[in-house]
Amino acid sequence: MPDPLIVDQEVDRAIRRHGEETYPHECCGALVGDGRRVTAVVALPNTTEEGPRRRFLVRPSDYQLAERRATELGGELLGFYHSHPDHPARPSQFDLDHAWPTFAYIIVAVAAGQAGDMTLWWLREDRSTFEEGRLNGN
Amino acid sequence: MGTRILIPTPLRPYTDKKDAVEADGKTVGELLADLTTKHAGLKAHLYNDQGKLRSFVNIYVNDEDIRYLQKEQTPINASDTVSIIPSVAGGAPTTADAIAERARLHGARADELPSLTNDEIKRYSRHLIMPEVGMDGQRRLKAAKVLCIGAGGLGSPVAMYLAAAGVGTLGIVDFDVVDFSNLQRQILHGTPDVGRPKLASAKDRLEAINPEISIVTHNAALSSENALDLFAPYDIIVDGTDNFPTRYLVNDACVILGKPNAYGSIFRFEGQASVFATKDGPCYRCLYPEPPPPGLVPSCAEGGVLGVLPGVVGCIQATETIKLIIGAGEPLIGRFLIFDALRMKFRELKLRKDPDCPVCGTHPTVTKLIDYEQFCGIHPAEPEPVTVKSVNDATEITAVELKQRLDRGDALKIVDVREPNEYQINRIAGSTLIPLGDVPKRYNELDPADEIVVQCKSGVRSGKAADFLRSVGFTRVLNLKGGIIDWIDKVDPSQPKY
Repeated sequence: MPDPLIVDQEVDRAIRRHGEETYPHECCGALVGDGRRVTAVVALPNTTEEGPRRRFLVRPSDYQLAERRATELGGELLGFYHSHPDHPARPSQFDLDHAWPTFAYIIVAVAAGQAGDMTLWWLREDRSTFEEGRLNGN
Repeated sequence: MGTRILIPTPLRPYTDKKDAVEADGKTVGELLADLTTKHAGLKAHLYNDQGKLRSFVNIYVNDEDIRYLQKEQTPINASDTVSIIPSVAGGAPTTADAIAERARLHGARADELPSLTNDEIKRYSRHLIMPEVGMDGQRRLKAAKVLCIGAGGLGSPVAMYLAAAGVGTLGIVDFDVVDFSNLQRQILHGTPDVGRPKLASAKDRLEAINPEISIVTHNAALSSENALDLFAPYDIIVDGTDNFPTRYLVNDACVILGKPNAYGSIFRFEGQASVFATKDGPCYRCLYPEPPPPGLVPSCAEGGVLGVLPGVVGCIQATETIKLIIGAGEPLIGRFLIFDALRMKFRELKLRKDPDCPVCGTHPTVTKLIDYEQFCGIHPAEPEPVTVKSVNDATEITAVELKQRLDRGDALKIVDVREPNEYQINRIAGSTLIPLGDVPKRYNELDPADEIVVQCKSGVRSGKAADFLRSVGFTRVLNLKGGIIDWIDKVDPSQPKY
């Protein structure tokens, strides 16, 4: 796990803006970079059929698109971000149940349409829990 | 020669960083078994504890998802390319997640919901053998904390079924005493309980049903001052109230605290149910932003209720509560269920979250609890302003005053504006029955020269009748304060009350 993970300022802004735009629904997208630094994001459509206010789903075709875009941008796919509208930026049981190993998961809390806390999480190897990572050394 | 398998980024650490590896097998299942033998670290991420492919793992043969082929029996040719393609999913916690999370935080052991004893396993066996509940769901029920507002008609079946189902902590708020008129529907209480606090008889009954759970009684009238503190420790609030001020109070407190409100209401033969105030769903105010004018919608005490109706509606509320806790099925969120017992029909209305809702909208104007009596247009009985009182003196008459004047031989015309079936139960001798709804078309049966006393059960309906009569020119109209109930209490205790 690259610790801390560095997120470029524009990336940080793009994630927050995406969360505010889709509020009160969840947003989601891919993180692209070079291993320890996120240099670009790929905003993806939330295709969940379970109610986008509390769920997000990146379908396989969009996942493939994200991998392709990462290669085109000269980086690699580092993970994904999503928003928690009106809920703290902490992973849910549902997040844990659906997590992939080695991916960085960034969660941004969006309260009443305003992006707030942003946190970073890594799935523990035995899938038992998430471990919080450090963003930009914070 | 093996079949080529494309590995996605997050799994490459388990395949020596290769984006493609080879494995052998005649079907997808065999191929993946060989793959996870060669690269053992993959197994936990591709398969769940039951040995099934995880739902977010997609296997494609060339460009086809195996879910649309023959799943893991899909045959493989040497020239095929197999891809493992992730779906990425997640989201904010639901009620079921929140309960599990809290249990983990407070559990004796980390990462654990409370465990079940052998006695509990026996008690809940009919739940445990259903996959939708199972051990996990039953442990969530045990971890759950549910607050029931009221131990009356709706609160009775709600509390009894939730206790029986094994909800670990069941809170009840009530301040009332059991009355004979409750027994027709409030099955928590029995005839020997009349005169006891409802909380006392409820606790006895619920502990008899299930001694494994914890019953917490809150002896209080729910108010804007205590609601947030009362609700805070609970996961779900079940609204079993019978009046508008408390209904709005429960809704607003649930929205402010982010707790679901399993809502139900009953009147005569009709019931309503929904789940309000969840994160993604509407609240009661999205449906009814403003309360009806006071007195327009009669309460069950005024209009009556079929005894079994709260049984049906309360069971729906209990069902929805359990579904929220175990995270199963489709909750009654964004749906408003209307039950007509006479026709025996259920109807469903779609509800949307109103972005302009004053409480749960994007720019809420109500962010703390308000005075709900005032909001619903109900003004406190005491203290009355002096000026109003002097007006009341001219328009009202008490039961004792009426009796004195009748005894003096004053010529008073008494008009009973209740319904015929109420008139059958009790009446003031010599009164004329004109139900409130008939007054506008039958007032010409009355003589404006007479002094008229209008009367109903408690004085609300007759107040409206008096207003109407004055509006059409009657000048000598008095409303009997406290209605026939006060008359029986203070003048004629020989008659039955209802």
